[in-house]
Amino acid sequence: MQERVKSPKFDVVGTRPVRPDGADKVTGRAKYGADHNVAGQLVGKVLRSPHPHARIKSIDTSAALAMTGVKAVVTRDDFKDQSSEFVPAGEMLVNYRDVVRNVMAREKVLFEGHPVAAVAATSESVARAALRAIKVEYEILPHVIDVVEAMKPDAPIVEDGMITVGVTPPPTKPSNVAKRVEFVLGDIEKGFKEADLVIEREFNTKPVHQGYIEPHACVASVSEDGTAELWTTTQGHWIARAHCARLLGWDMTKLRVTSSEIGGGFGGKTVVYLEPLALALSAKTHRPVKMAMTREEVFKASGPTSGANVWVKMGVKKDGTITAGEAVLKYQAGCFQGSPVQPGCMCAFAPYDLANVKVVGFDVLSNRPKVAAYRAPGGPISEYAVESVVDEIAEKLGMCPIELRLKNAAKEGTKAAYGPKFGPVGMVECLEAAKGSPHWKAPLGKNQGRGIAAGFWFNIGGETTVNLQLNEDGTLTLMAGTPDIGGLRASLAMMAAEELKIPYEKVRPIIADTSSLGYNFVTGGSRSTFSSGLATVEAARSIIKQACGRAAKLWEIPEDAVTWESGEIKPAGDNAGKFKPMTLTDIAKVAGKTGGSIVGVGAISAQGAAPSFGVHIADSEVDPDTGKLTITRYTVIQDAGIAIHPAYVEGQYQGGAAQGIGWALNEEYIYGDDGKLQNAGFLDYRIPVASDLPMIETIIVEVPNPRHPYGVRGIGETAIVPPMAAINASAARATGVRMFELPLSPPKVLKAMKAAKKA
Amino acid sequence: MKHHVTTTVNGDEVEFLCETEQTLLDCLRDELELTGTKEGCGSGDCGACSVLLDGRLVCSCLVLGVETNGKKIETIEGMATGDKLHPLQRKFLEHAALQCGICTPGVLVAAKSLLEKNPNPTETEVRYWLAGNLCRCTGYDKIIRAVMDAAAEMRGA
Amino acid sequence: MRYESPDTLEAAAKLLASESGEARILAGGTDLLVQIRAEVLSPALVVDIKKVAETRAIKEEAGGFRIGAAVTGAELKEHSALKKVWPGLVEAANLIGSTQVQGRASLGGNLCNGSPAADSVPAMIAAGAIASIVGPNGRRDLKVEDIMLAPRKLALQKGEIIASFLLPKRAPHSGDAYLRFIPRTEMDIAVVGCGVSLTLDGSGTCTAARVGLGAVAARPLLVEDAAKALVGTKVDDAALEKMAAAARAACKPIDDKRGTIEFRTDVAGVLAKRTALIALERARKA
Repeated sequence: MQERVKSPKFDVVGTRPVRPDGADKVTGRAKYGADHNVAGQLVGKVLRSPHPHARIKSIDTSAALAMTGVKAVVTRDDFKDQSSEFVPAGEMLVNYRDVVRNVMAREKVLFEGHPVAAVAATSESVARAALRAIKVEYEILPHVIDVVEAMKPDAPIVEDGMITVGVTPPPTKPSNVAKRVEFVLGDIEKGFKEADLVIEREFNTKPVHQGYIEPHACVASVSEDGTAELWTTTQGHWIARAHCARLLGWDMTKLRVTSSEIGGGFGGKTVVYLEPLALALSAKTHRPVKMAMTREEVFKASGPTSGANVWVKMGVKKDGTITAGEAVLKYQAGCFQGSPVQPGCMCAFAPYDLANVKVVGFDVLSNRPKVAAYRAPGGPISEYAVESVVDEIAEKLGMCPIELRLKNAAKEGTKAAYGPKFGPVGMVECLEAAKGSPHWKAPLGKNQGRGIAAGFWFNIGGETTVNLQLNEDGTLTLMAGTPDIGGLRASLAMMAAEELKIPYEKVRPIIADTSSLGYNFVTGGSRSTFSSGLATVEAARSIIKQACGRAAKLWEIPEDAVTWESGEIKPAGDNAGKFKPMTLTDIAKVAGKTGGSIVGVGAISAQGAAPSFGVHIADSEVDPDTGKLTITRYTVIQDAGIAIHPAYVEGQYQGGAAQGIGWALNEEYIYGDDGKLQNAGFLDYRIPVASDLPMIETIIVEVPNPRHPYGVRGIGETAIVPPMAAINASAARATGVRMFELPLSPPKVLKAMKAAKKA
Repeated sequence: MKHHVTTTVNGDEVEFLCETEQTLLDCLRDELELTGTKEGCGSGDCGACSVLLDGRLVCSCLVLGVETNGKKIETIEGMATGDKLHPLQRKFLEHAALQCGICTPGVLVAAKSLLEKNPNPTETEVRYWLAGNLCRCTGYDKIIRAVMDAAAEMRGA
Repeated sequence: MRYESPDTLEAAAKLLASESGEARILAGGTDLLVQIRAEVLSPALVVDIKKVAETRAIKEEAGGFRIGAAVTGAELKEHSALKKVWPGLVEAANLIGSTQVQGRASLGGNLCNGSPAADSVPAMIAAGAIASIVGPNGRRDLKVEDIMLAPRKLALQKGEIIASFLLPKRAPHSGDAYLRFIPRTEMDIAVVGCGVSLTLDGSGTCTAARVGLGAVAARPLLVEDAAKALVGTKVDDAALEKMAAAARAACKPIDDKRGTIEFRTDVAGVLAKRTALIALERARKA
């Protein structure tokens, strides 16, 4: 069932060992964000705005502070304002002016759930009572939720005085459009003139949440000398440290951040929410403060991704050559600028080798929580729209959708509309594998339809440090700093074992805290196996070099007269055979006598990240009387470069597909006219449950990344890109109706089917 | 005034004090420091807090601590025997049936309860039994395979 | 918040009646605890009725079954005699939430939570279930369809507790069924729910029928016109169409996050037909 397309020979890479953190996770021993307690800790809770948009006239905390058991309250007054400055964080930029306002409302509350105050108290019940005792006076302002509405000239303005960037000449009137971006390749008009068929469509998608099962949680403890410890569930503890230190005006070195085991993130845990509040409360009380969000708070006040309006126009010749692709993307950013519209623009036509492309994007504010990264941020939305049009083109031309894509597929040397030329990429290989898959050839039943769609994600590298220490007995401890969100420690130990030719079990990987290791950028951008893998290999090679040096010292021969061969240190050249080869264990035993501990450090800015293309095949079945769609079969085909641990690669493919299925069928943020979120819970925010899904078949295509010693490409994000379009295409065939809006929930599907029947 | 509750947790008699408002989940995590049982929603919609109460699978977030006086509670911490993992735990590791692992304790407790009642479940039966255990990472595929495989091994044993 | 767990209904009723603040009955707690946590409810007193034997027992009575109000869905499912006679009702109770929730949730709680979308209620209405209610002034019976008046509003007086439900003796060739529509396969609140119970004579003609509908009005409905459409027929396509039309006509739904008026009305008819067919099949075999 699980197929591998191509694989070179490695001893450890490509096998499926049990993960090093596995036993702790199946026994309940693993400590996640909310599982850490410190003696004497207080409970922190957040007071949140009940209004989507209001000016804060006053906050009176006196009654709360007077309550027995209430130890501290923080409000906007406890955080210094920050000037406008964009810095990289996660895969997107953040502006500290906005970060400080997102953590705690200042002039205005900008969404329902916006923090207004936080308390620390001796118990949960006292903390809750304290929140009720805080009096906030609001001047309620008109709100705007929908992205298209927010772009209208008379819309309520979310950020006072905001002038659109990227428009010449600059507009004179403030609006909710923070930014306009544009990517152009070739001549779009010429492209459309060459076309025999032009299709133009408008799509709408709803904001969806990452839906990690673990709510945000942290414990902060600030000492009387100003040093602080922070335990938090995060995708990047160095980023958390940077943000917290900045917001609190502290030296970074005083703040030690430990990342807990992380119960899912998908991009959403690259943002600080509770951490600065917990630290501020602890700094006031000098007591440890533990904070955890409820599920309702997670939905209302942590990042979903954008909802969007997308317009796509594509031109194609009769033979299937796509001559032009044009799109306008309007992405909702939430209450602060910084939607993923730019990556959305860059991804839109990336699967194809096109001469003429124009993509324009708008970053639009509204009274919703600020969006956070969500698995391939921006890509799924634009590619859903483009791939849906590609499917319609195939239908209109009477072409097989795989053949149409093969004819236009991006390949090595293709110049992407966003700038670079691709190196070796696996789009064609994925399409060929799809064509040859058992799924593609299988017959369909009544009321069923099959759809296919492609997807692309860039993947990133970035700053990464790994520390590998050779223990006295020859085993190794590996310290990485990219939080392990789903098997990273296994992959890193495997690469170290492969490089050092030692058993996998001899490497024990851990995730180190910010005071124990050099800087690490977040786990995000599908970078952790790639980047921490590169750093691991570098650290391992350093160990080898040092070990060879120690042998040279022992043998009293020059260092360059020693070689490393199949896990052994051997004398070479003239000295060959003169000394008994030594293993790393042999060297470890004498390390103390030959110069001290042997530690390898890989401290790099990882370059050479390569994109991953994927192709998904979805079968759906419609209940013609209710409009309910069921996914009856699903296959993910994706280029992994080389799969280090194939089971966790398959897991990423399956998980991405499942999230995409949820996005396609049922997940959405539902707002009332009052601007309040109506489905802030797992009951009505409907992520797929076990009985909703079929087995998710996977085909790992391996087109190695030449810029990684083990050929690794990031693979985590691409898998969420194709599902919406693949399912949309399957639904079009199952129902006989094309739909242009997500989610494809039963009332919408039934309505569309009835309308088509009437027409 | 707090309630004095005496229960059996994973075979050991334990006592704790709790307020009426505290759920069994709160008591396990905050009073007994058994943090293997997770809170994902607090409303019975995610199953991360699954435990057995007098042998019956429940969400511990939907039970008051005070209700458990005199009852028998089984949690993830009691699943392995000595240094021997339960077959389900072992199969979850072999099949890579967890990614982040936050849902895993609840899924394992639920799956164990299924196999006690139905040692030979179909894929559909496993999927419906576990429908209340949300997993956002895996797409459930490997979880279902691991449960089926563990069931097969346990039947053979 | 005080917690009491008396072992008689009389004591429970007294506690509830004498509480000056808000008092709530705790059975399975699967709705109550969620509402307390969300601060929708902040009762001063919670009375756990599970120590009262009647609330926890399933007994055969007068040829039918008496089901304790706090008996869980999982326990109903494990009672083979009950499941054989009232499979639809047992299935309905086992659609409430997850396996975990079914380990706690009860018929009494599902009804008294006061949601128009409660899964077991249309099935109980179809079954002709009668609630036995104990209060400060003694015991009385009330038909299930008469208990819920509007969302969160019940025809119970202060201090009154539903102790058990009586499912009447079944005539030969009877069958029941319950179906609901949800967007997923599990874990959702019914967008529409439909319970049907019917009885056939020796020739296969429907002699009696009851149809309950949920989530299509402010309260679960007994739809007599839908039942009438079946009685006297062989439950053929024409009768089913008529029944579906009657079911649709009875709908007074709202547009909300779970469905539109149009969708709910449409699907009520679809489900009524499908449910009736399952009940029919069961009646033929019974």
